[in-house]
Amino acid sequence: MEMIGMEGSHAVAEAVKLADADVVAAYPITPQTHIVERLAEMVADGELNAEYIPVESEHSAMSACLGSSATGARTFTATAGQGLELMHEVVYVASSMRLPIVMAVANRALSAPLSVWGDHSDVMAVRDTSWIQVFAENGQQAFDLTLCAFRIGEDPKVLFPVMVHLDGFHLSHVVEPLVLLEKSQVDKFLPPYKHPYSLDCDRPVTMGAFAMPAVYAEVKKAQHDAFLATKQVILKAWKEYGKLSGRHYSPVEHYHTDDAKVLLLTMGSFSETAMVAVDELRKKGEKVGLIRLRLWRPFPFEELRQAVANAEVLIVLDRCISFGGPPGPVCSEVRAALYAEQKRPKVVGFIGGLGGREIAVAEFKQMVSRGREAADKGAEAVPQITGIR
Amino acid sequence: METYAIYVPRLLPQKDFFAPGHRACIGCGEALAVRLVTKTLGRNVIISNATGCMEIVSSPYPTTSWRVPWIHTLFENASAVASGVEAALKILNAKGKRGDSPKVVAMGGDGATSDIGLQALSGAWERGHNFLYVCYDNEAYMNTGIQRSSATPYGASTTTSPAGKVSIGQTRWKKNLPAIAVAHNIPYVATACPSYPFDLIEKVKKAVAIPGPAYLHVLSVCPTGWRHATDLTIRIGRLAVETGVFPLYEVENGSYKLSMDFPKLRPVRDYLSPQGRFRHLHEEEIDRIQERVTAEYEKLKKKAEA
Ligand SMILES: Cc1ncc(C[n+]2csc(CCOP(=O)(O)OP(=O)(O)O)c2C)c(N)n1
Repeated sequence: MEMIGMEGSHAVAEAVKLADADVVAAYPITPQTHIVERLAEMVADGELNAEYIPVESEHSAMSACLGSSATGARTFTATAGQGLELMHEVVYVASSMRLPIVMAVANRALSAPLSVWGDHSDVMAVRDTSWIQVFAENGQQAFDLTLCAFRIGEDPKVLFPVMVHLDGFHLSHVVEPLVLLEKSQVDKFLPPYKHPYSLDCDRPVTMGAFAMPAVYAEVKKAQHDAFLATKQVILKAWKEYGKLSGRHYSPVEHYHTDDAKVLLLTMGSFSETAMVAVDELRKKGEKVGLIRLRLWRPFPFEELRQAVANAEVLIVLDRCISFGGPPGPVCSEVRAALYAEQKRPKVVGFIGGLGGREIAVAEFKQMVSRGREAADKGAEAVPQITGIR
Repeated sequence: METYAIYVPRLLPQKDFFAPGHRACIGCGEALAVRLVTKTLGRNVIISNATGCMEIVSSPYPTTSWRVPWIHTLFENASAVASGVEAALKILNAKGKRGDSPKVVAMGGDGATSDIGLQALSGAWERGHNFLYVCYDNEAYMNTGIQRSSATPYGASTTTSPAGKVSIGQTRWKKNLPAIAVAHNIPYVATACPSYPFDLIEKVKKAVAIPGPAYLHVLSVCPTGWRHATDLTIRIGRLAVETGVFPLYEVENGSYKLSMDFPKLRPVRDYLSPQGRFRHLHEEEIDRIQERVTAEYEKLKKKAEA
């Protein structure tokens, strides 16, 4: 396929079309709008043979997705920020009832004050919902990861829903060069969706029974175990996708990490800016590298430990504040993952990029020097906020 | 009324799809209504159930009372879930991925329907999804302990609208959900009560036969919440109808038809007095209720005559 220029949102819509989704139920919210507008257009033009349900709220969007997925339809939705908060209750149900819905989240800050711009506060509020969660860094990845999301979630060994995170505006609204796939390639990669227990009059099932204390904990333990086991399927799907497309994904991705003493860790679109900062610092002879967390859930403990084993300082960027808690959710998880390691870097947490605030290359370089200083002084536990005027 | 003339119990299907052994209270009018509705619907149906008494009494894992495919997810979203089921059936059939077209039915209590789930229900009606929504109206949040809802009638004492030294209990008139349904211009709206089983059954049949959204509002007598003897359930339901407190009617494409009319309504006092929830009411309030019931009944009759 040839390279084309396309907005991240439209790339997601193209992936949904290539996956031949059966049902899309969505409610518009900036910066997710371009995804669902494009899908509505595709349905209106007969390019995508799907039912588009223009629901009256995000709560109903995810609820309609439950019904649709349980009936055996390949189901997609997209949201952002407040929308994800409004559907919060239903997000838990989707995963706990093992319905492999795919949802793109054009990450957005949370009110108040109202902000339509990007950060990761919305993601962190759904961190523990047992949705598989991946982060894209550019439009190409948003496309690739959305296609992979259907394959992974619908695998009979998985049956969990998948969130594809793409930063609001930075990814959702930017036109980038990217390459799509042929329908024939996708058909080989993505088998038809078949839920083993869908709503069927010949084989009636009771879905969503309630649990007394005598069984609830066992159900949750089983869910946790099944969720952890999805990792193998994720790795396999990404490997196959790599063969198919030439684009390779892994839970933790490395950029100049081999000899790095100082490592940055990012999630999402800022990773590309951080790469430029690493390049510039390397030119000056500094042994700096970058770790990009691709797979947020299930958390890639092993891969992370290996990736940072030889570093002295690890600087983690969070685009979310955990008010009154540890520096940021990503940083505290990274710290927790490394706590039991004999040899581990000092971990310094930065919070930045809130509500659409840019982080430029120079600021990443500053984070490296400030982070290193804090580590030298033994002050790495103190959270730092970057870019505050 | 014609259906009463051919009252032959043998005409009812034997098979039940809401199995016995569920944990509903003795004398539960709601469970009886569910049994009649599911008996009528038969095996080719997918049910989306809101959280509430009927969900809780029927599905303590690993047991179930449901002999048809049934999905419960949350309290306020049964109609959104049903929207998804209906849309999925439509497209999967069109794409040749499924070859069946079961009826889709959503159900919930009056709280799930007229309060927390009203937005989702209104959305589904507006979008025109082809499913029947059945509201089992026991006039309060019974599952959580008899708290008032917007369907709780004026003067009823509940745990969050208790009658007290300076309060008569519920101070608002019951929200008119069937009228709200009619305002959505859906093709079929009806009220029913399991005290009139054949009327209920006919309405269920009609509701699922008509394409497009249908709404059935079923008065479901609740001895536990209404505080009356458990063997009075059928009687109280009949009194609700005979006094005009809960008239039975249908609205097909906007035109009203009374399912049964009474030359003379019984006084509301006959309905109120066996129920503990109204025990505290004074003459003055009973008169006020009587006035309101008479006026509302007249309005309804006018609509039916128009
Ligand atoms: C979002 C949410 N809020 C509150 C509840 C608690 N709750 C469960 S059932 C119920 C009341 C149900 O009342 P109704 O819909 O009238 O049905 P009934 O139990 O009377 O049949 C409430 C308040 C809940 N499950 N979810």
